[in-house]
Amino acid sequence: MSDLNSISDEEVKHIAELAKLSLNEEETKKYSSELTNILNMIDSLNKVNTDDVKPTTNMSNELARLREDKAVINKGECEALLNNAPEIENGFIKVPSIINEEEK
Amino acid sequence: MNFETTIGLEVHVELKNNSKIFSPAPVRFGDDPNINTNVIDWGYPGVLPTPNKGVIEYGMRAAVALHAKINQHTHFDRKNYFYPDNPKAYQITQSDIPLAENGWIEINTNGNYKKIGISEMHIEEDAGKNSHSDNGYSYVDLNRQGTALIEIVSKPDISSPEEAYDFLRTLRQRIQFTGISDVKMAEGSMRVDVNISIRPFGQEKYGTKTELKNINSFNFVRKGLEFEEKRQQQILLRGGTIRPETRRYDENTGETVLMRVKENSEDYRYFPEPDIPDVDISDDWLNSVISSMPEMPEARRKHYVDDLGLTDYDAMVLTQTKEMSDFFDETVSFEVDPKLVSNYLQGDVNAYLNDKQVDLQDTKLTPKHLADMIKLLMNETISSKMAKKVFKAITNGEDPNEYVKKNNLSQISDTNQLSEIINNVLNDNEQSIIDYHNGKDRALGFLVGQVMKLTHGQANPKIVNKLLLDELSKR
Repeated sequence: MSDLNSISDEEVKHIAELAKLSLNEEETKKYSSELTNILNMIDSLNKVNTDDVKPTTNMSNELARLREDKAVINKGECEALLNNAPEIENGFIKVPSIINEEEK
Repeated sequence: MNFETTIGLEVHVELKNNSKIFSPAPVRFGDDPNINTNVIDWGYPGVLPTPNKGVIEYGMRAAVALHAKINQHTHFDRKNYFYPDNPKAYQITQSDIPLAENGWIEINTNGNYKKIGISEMHIEEDAGKNSHSDNGYSYVDLNRQGTALIEIVSKPDISSPEEAYDFLRTLRQRIQFTGISDVKMAEGSMRVDVNISIRPFGQEKYGTKTELKNINSFNFVRKGLEFEEKRQQQILLRGGTIRPETRRYDENTGETVLMRVKENSEDYRYFPEPDIPDVDISDDWLNSVISSMPEMPEARRKHYVDDLGLTDYDAMVLTQTKEMSDFFDETVSFEVDPKLVSNYLQGDVNAYLNDKQVDLQDTKLTPKHLADMIKLLMNETISSKMAKKVFKAITNGEDPNEYVKKNNLSQISDTNQLSEIINNVLNDNEQSIIDYHNGKDRALGFLVGQVMKLTHGQANPKIVNKLLLDELSKR
């Protein structure tokens, strides 16, 4: 069972890349074994028979409370947000160039 | 070798709710950057998104218009990616249970009707907008962040670029009639991504598909697909293989250009959105949305043909856009002949819109003015030639009755008055009478012209013709 769940170094690197993290070899090895352990732990859940159980998409038993479609303008909040941005110019948030990564 | 083509479309439609899908910030276009934002749109830690009832309701309307089955128990999911137009680093969307699925719309391609399936339709949030400069920075405007979108995905039923074009037109029309969106490609309230693959006839497995992104008109979608269809055929015919590529359409060359090769499928690590509990749609709510649905184009077409006596073709043209159809309905409500209104809308009005490249609702034309002008024409106050002038005036927002009065445009239809003028003209133009009797048609035109000249173009041409012929036969 544990073999099936083993997370390879390649998989760790892939996950790290998606999360925009850079890991060295030592860290990669460490996370590979930690993630494998987590998967093995979760694996015990697979032993429970869930044939008649509806998928759980939410931990809350409540249903979403919906909001009426009314617009609220809060100029002060918006100014505070802009002032809290690392850099702004003419009302825009200024960020390092992202043109090379265009297309997501 | 012959190939068959399979086309898939993914269409995003921006909803015109008052507020955003998960935050109460206003949805407005063209405002100063970032002013329609709040802490939720910026993805600040600890904020909680609250779904907008109006968005779910608009989504349900779209689903009904697409004949789709609405899932009454649904939830949102997170799609993870890093990009500065979305500060949360994830988009709240729907992945495993969309708001609606299994719909269809019927398209008409050169007279052939075909049902195109809709595999799913879900609701999600839009991202902000980036503008790039060459100084090493990009500029982010989050006004659009959190604006509600619906995404509509077609089933692989579309088999030609022409059908893709007709699908988009029909889809836009139906969405427009629901009143939930402006559905304008040029303004980004409708966005289209397409994919296309070809396979030899009879082969069961679909070919490898290529994707075209961010095309900004239906026509370019068609042209891009036509190019891509040929390009793929040529590659296969010379023994090559199609790569799973994302390409873009170059409007200047009419060709598609490689953007990137998709090496592995995108990994967005979807999971159920933990900040929003599941959404339940009660039977009552669903039924109230269904019963308050705005009239769809086919219902209006039926009304135009059955009750107003228009042709199928007229009814089809008038219902191309909701604006045109609404304008027609209102004009007819002033008790003018529907056929005449239809002719004017398809003729002068459409020519005017094409010439100025504007939409009907952005002009100064009003149904009342058009109706009044048609009435002036009907009771022969003005001639069809004068109507051209009056039409120009109503495109400038002028009242046709006042315009006619102010410019002394009313027609002279009084036979006594006209007979006198005609006699004077004939007396002064003996040679033309002789020419007329010798069979020179031009003489008649000349004489009519003279009458028109003396009356400053106000004589009723029909009556002038009749009186002139009567008088000529006596001389």
